[in-house]
Amino acid sequence: MENVPLQAYLLLALALFCIGMYGALTKKNSVIVLISIELMLNAANINLVAFSKYGVLPSINGQIFALFSIVIAAAQSAVGIAILIAAYRNKNTVNMNLFNKLKN
Amino acid sequence: MMEFSWIIPLFPLLSFVLILFFGKKLKHFSAYLGIGFVGISFVLSIFTLIERFSNPTYKKEFIWIKIGESHLSAGYEVNQLNALMLFIVSLVSFLVHIYSNGYMKGDKRFPIFYGYLGLFTAAMLALVISPNLLQMYVFWELVGLGSFLLIGFYNTKESAKEAAKKAFIMTRIGDTGFLVGILLLYSKVGTFNFNEIFYAVQAGVLSPRALTVVGLLIFIGAMGKSGQFPLHTWLPDAMEGPTPVSALIHAATMVAAGVYLVATMFPLFVASKTILLIVSIIGGLTAIFAASIGLVQKDLKKILAYSTISQLGYMMLALGSAGYVAGVFHLTTHAFFKALLFLAAGSVIHAVHTQNIDEMGGLWRKMKFTAPLFLIGTLALTGIPLLSGFFSKDEILISVWNHGNPFLFIIAIVTAFMTSFYMFRVFFIVFFGDTSENSKRAHESSLWMIIPMFILGILAVVSGYINTSWFGTYLGNWILDGNEYIKGTHESASTWIMSLGVIVSGLGIYLAWEIYVRKNQKLLRFVNPEGTTYRILSNRYYMDEIYGVTVVPMTRFFSIFLSFIEIVFVKGIMKLVVYIFSLFSTIFIKIQNGQAQTYGAIAFLGLAIVIFLLVLTGGYFKWIL
Repeated sequence: MENVPLQAYLLLALALFCIGMYGALTKKNSVIVLISIELMLNAANINLVAFSKYGVLPSINGQIFALFSIVIAAAQSAVGIAILIAAYRNKNTVNMNLFNKLKN
Repeated sequence: MMEFSWIIPLFPLLSFVLILFFGKKLKHFSAYLGIGFVGISFVLSIFTLIERFSNPTYKKEFIWIKIGESHLSAGYEVNQLNALMLFIVSLVSFLVHIYSNGYMKGDKRFPIFYGYLGLFTAAMLALVISPNLLQMYVFWELVGLGSFLLIGFYNTKESAKEAAKKAFIMTRIGDTGFLVGILLLYSKVGTFNFNEIFYAVQAGVLSPRALTVVGLLIFIGAMGKSGQFPLHTWLPDAMEGPTPVSALIHAATMVAAGVYLVATMFPLFVASKTILLIVSIIGGLTAIFAASIGLVQKDLKKILAYSTISQLGYMMLALGSAGYVAGVFHLTTHAFFKALLFLAAGSVIHAVHTQNIDEMGGLWRKMKFTAPLFLIGTLALTGIPLLSGFFSKDEILISVWNHGNPFLFIIAIVTAFMTSFYMFRVFFIVFFGDTSENSKRAHESSLWMIIPMFILGILAVVSGYINTSWFGTYLGNWILDGNEYIKGTHESASTWIMSLGVIVSGLGIYLAWEIYVRKNQKLLRFVNPEGTTYRILSNRYYMDEIYGVTVVPMTRFFSIFLSFIEIVFVKGIMKLVVYIFSLFSTIFIKIQNGQAQTYGAIAFLGLAIVIFLLVLTGGYFKWIL
């Protein structure tokens, strides 16, 4: 594993982020939107870990940040799912297009 | 007391505020509140006047607003004229407050009537102690507001509302002239302060032409308020207001404000011969014009209104003939006897429930107090010897003879004749004519109304003795003392003018007696209602109709033109701006569709643009900074 360069990690993270963004912006099902957001977060985590090993000043800090980020992502997805369930009970659907109460 | 004279207008103002907020709860008690507060003002005014007799003028000013180098000041001043006016205004107001307690009894809006009276009194008292033109103008307008509210007091009556509007608009024409005059004067002299203005006038800062223009503009303001020809038409209509109001505002105080203004600005007027001539001509014209209309009117209050206009014209005539003392003296005596006449007329109207003198008659026996008091007022107004009007009228005639045009002197004499004729016409018809239906049920008014009339009756008799050629010209000496600008405006007596005045007045009374009591057939032909002259007079020279076909359509045409400009240009530009913005908004409104994903996409697009730009510039916001 020693010879995997930093660029490979960054490209993986970029790919993950773009996939996540695409899903979050285009999917109709709000559960998939939520999952896509997790993907984007994990792309950021990969960047953090990669820079902690191959960055200009390698140290353990990046990995600790990544751990924090994972915990926050877990809490955030718990809240997100709670909102989603509440929205589903209210509207009886998970279709994103119908969640347009922000208008007016 | 003079140091605290600023407190005098505050009491009526306080009564206005209290009644405004608690009038519904106070109910009838608001009358006692109003009477009490104005009473305090009256007592303080007496102290101020007494103190002014022995002390020099007191004046205090402080800086009100500072604008760059120049500043506007506010304050108060107690000179002779101001102290005298304070006394007159607070006295008449106090008596009218008392009188109204009887006259307005049972009116639905009784408390607010006292509120308005308080507002008016406060404004008028503040007006007369103003030490500069700007402050005076502020209260000048406030007084107009008080007048408007009180004329339209019977706000369910269409004619009262119309009259209130008319009074407001007509006086506004004059006020506009006044304001332009003030501003013009300020641009030339750089101050609003009276003394500084007079000093500048004496030093010759203003060119003769500028002086004439400024004087004329200020005089237009005085014309509007004092009902001088041709801005007089509002004053007879103002009689739609309650009678105590007519006595206070449209006889004794507010309409005298125009005369007061000319008297206060007298040094400026004296400096220009042209403007003095204009003042005297307008005054003389108004005097004879209004008196001639008064000859044939049938409405008791309107006759008194025309009489007021005529007497105000007399005062202007006196001032225009350099008769400063004469004008102020007549202002004083007129305030007392005309207020008396109005209050007595109010008492009569209260008793017979009509204002038409043909429907009155035979009231001499019925009204034991009102009738003699009305007679006193009439005698004082006609200038019968020993009563107040005699002395002041005499002073005016002497001034006009010595300084004015001989033609104006003839006008003044003819007016005196007409005055005595129309006043005794009213007196004979109302109190000695055939008893009518209305008069049978008539009864004397309550003490609330009799006592103020009684006090005014005494003053109408004795107030002339403050300035007589027989016992001493106290008023003249006092008012000219230490006033270097208006020295030498006091006249010595002349026996033949005095006699002439008495003779023409007596002639008027005799003629009225012959026509309306003896019913002399030969003379009755002259008052034939079918005659052309009679018709012109009873239609008030068709002045209202002339305005209706000239000024009103002109104004209307002009305002249509202006509204056209407004619609096409002002509104057009405004609409264009609105249209441009709404065009933009229709584009942006499409983005706002409530879809969280669209918002997210836009946010990312923005982020992408920012990153792209940063990459181009090498990571810095150089292109912004």
